[in-house]
Amino acid sequence: METQRKFIVPIGPQHPALKEPGHFQFTVDGEIVTDASVRLGYVHRGIEKGAENRNWTQNLYLFERICGICSHVHATALAIGVERLAGVQAPPRAQAIRILMAELERIHSHLLWLGVAAHEGGFDTLFMYSWRDREIVMDLLESLSGNRVNYSVNLIGGVKFDVEDKHRDAILRGLDTLEERTRHYLNVVTTDRTFLARTRGVGTMSRNQAELFGTVGPTARASGVARDVRVDAPYEAYTLFPVNLVTDEGGDLMARFVVRTKELFESYRLIREILDHLPSGELTVRVPRKIPAGETVSRVEAPRGELFYFIKSNGGEKPERIKVRTPSLCNWASVMQVAVGHKLADMPMILSGIDPCFSCNDRMVLINRGSSSQVWSWDELRRYGIEYYKKL
Amino acid sequence: MEFSPDTPWQKVLDAVRRWARINSPWAIHYNSGSCNGCDIEILATLTPRYDLERFGVKLQGSPRHADILICTGPVTRQSRERLLRIYEQMPDPKFVVAVGSCGLSGGAFRGCYNIVGDISEVVPVDVFIPGCPPRPEAIIFGMVKLLESLKKGKAEVATVSEGAHA
Repeated sequence: METQRKFIVPIGPQHPALKEPGHFQFTVDGEIVTDASVRLGYVHRGIEKGAENRNWTQNLYLFERICGICSHVHATALAIGVERLAGVQAPPRAQAIRILMAELERIHSHLLWLGVAAHEGGFDTLFMYSWRDREIVMDLLESLSGNRVNYSVNLIGGVKFDVEDKHRDAILRGLDTLEERTRHYLNVVTTDRTFLARTRGVGTMSRNQAELFGTVGPTARASGVARDVRVDAPYEAYTLFPVNLVTDEGGDLMARFVVRTKELFESYRLIREILDHLPSGELTVRVPRKIPAGETVSRVEAPRGELFYFIKSNGGEKPERIKVRTPSLCNWASVMQVAVGHKLADMPMILSGIDPCFSCNDRMVLINRGSSSQVWSWDELRRYGIEYYKKL
Repeated sequence: MEFSPDTPWQKVLDAVRRWARINSPWAIHYNSGSCNGCDIEILATLTPRYDLERFGVKLQGSPRHADILICTGPVTRQSRERLLRIYEQMPDPKFVVAVGSCGLSGGAFRGCYNIVGDISEVVPVDVFIPGCPPRPEAIIFGMVKLLESLKKGKAEVATVSEGAHA
């Protein structure tokens, strides 16, 4: 007898796999996933609206706390945009320190991801090792900025601290160890047979699909899409220190592991180059408290992909509007499509394959007064978005 | 067979239970709206350098197996119900550890429209660990404080001061 009833496995928002709240519904046929949907919004805090009540300097701290993993790039994107509106530019040394921190942050984020993704695959040994080694870069970040997370490097018009010789030596020493370890990890993720069984050919996304879904960052680069803001539209000191693009044609989970691990080597190279050719000079320029009216767009490459800021000022001490589009949000559509046809057991790996970060992609909340809260599916939300923009 | 709280058998059971609870508390982690900073620090606390597991603390998935709820972040309107549900699903006695400035006061997000408030406005909190985010040492210190208070027989409210971990 044919039955029309579907079996839906709900996961989350509190679940052992990911450390952040997100709710997933997988429709399964036996063990094979036939449909997947995601419900976001548990971490929506209303930062964009909150920004309108805070002045530019306060916002720097607020926006740094959009995401604790890639906090520095958020503050950098805001600072670059506001500086552009104010018609000033950070001094060369400050620009170099900004991208130095951004690359250190990329190392910490990629090592974090490597561990978490391995953990989802049941490879806890790799999780523990990569997090042990991650402490090296956390120490470097702490010795530079004084905090392990949320470094507060940026000011509008420059950076807060200088990189001295003692820091330089410590960073170079740390990088040597990390490089050796990363070579080992690259070896593990490409040769370990058990691990390859979980990653090779799983969650494959072709180049066409990657472009169609609008993926960004390492997720897109693992499908052969050559897209990186640091290369396409170099900002700050990336014009002086060009980045070599890392891509892979595989498109599967293994390719994502390889791309992120190889990006680590690129970051090591870049940091060494920055330290060797650190421009001298001032760290800050003076920026007026009131930012001239105008609007601008600022794009930076976060560890997870392109981070986009739209900033509008009305000439006052506070912003008129700040709109943030974070990379994780762009990648969600792809993962929900790619999930179809895989086993339920592969879901944690596929989900973590895009390096999801909920705290930065929770966009909206719908509060219906008088009735229980309404849940919108991805399709409904998409339709609403299309209708909304048609009306404009 | 009926158990009344005063039978010797029950007293032995209680002693065993308390011994087990202090030596191996199981924790559940919930992010009620945090920026992730505290979450990765909690995770770092479990990994080799800090190794919280040496106190027997084990992070696991189900609220029904948990003794301690480690909660981070301000409470958003959407996760409020979920936080309450997780808290209610946990068996007694249960303890709540609020990690991070946002969990203590709303932190940088205080005043945003989608924030209900800090964690103690939703569920009773036993240990507050301040910091944005707190260092892993501070998290360990907070957990040890909680375990010490369990040894005394009750969970008194303790606040970890920032200087204490230095």
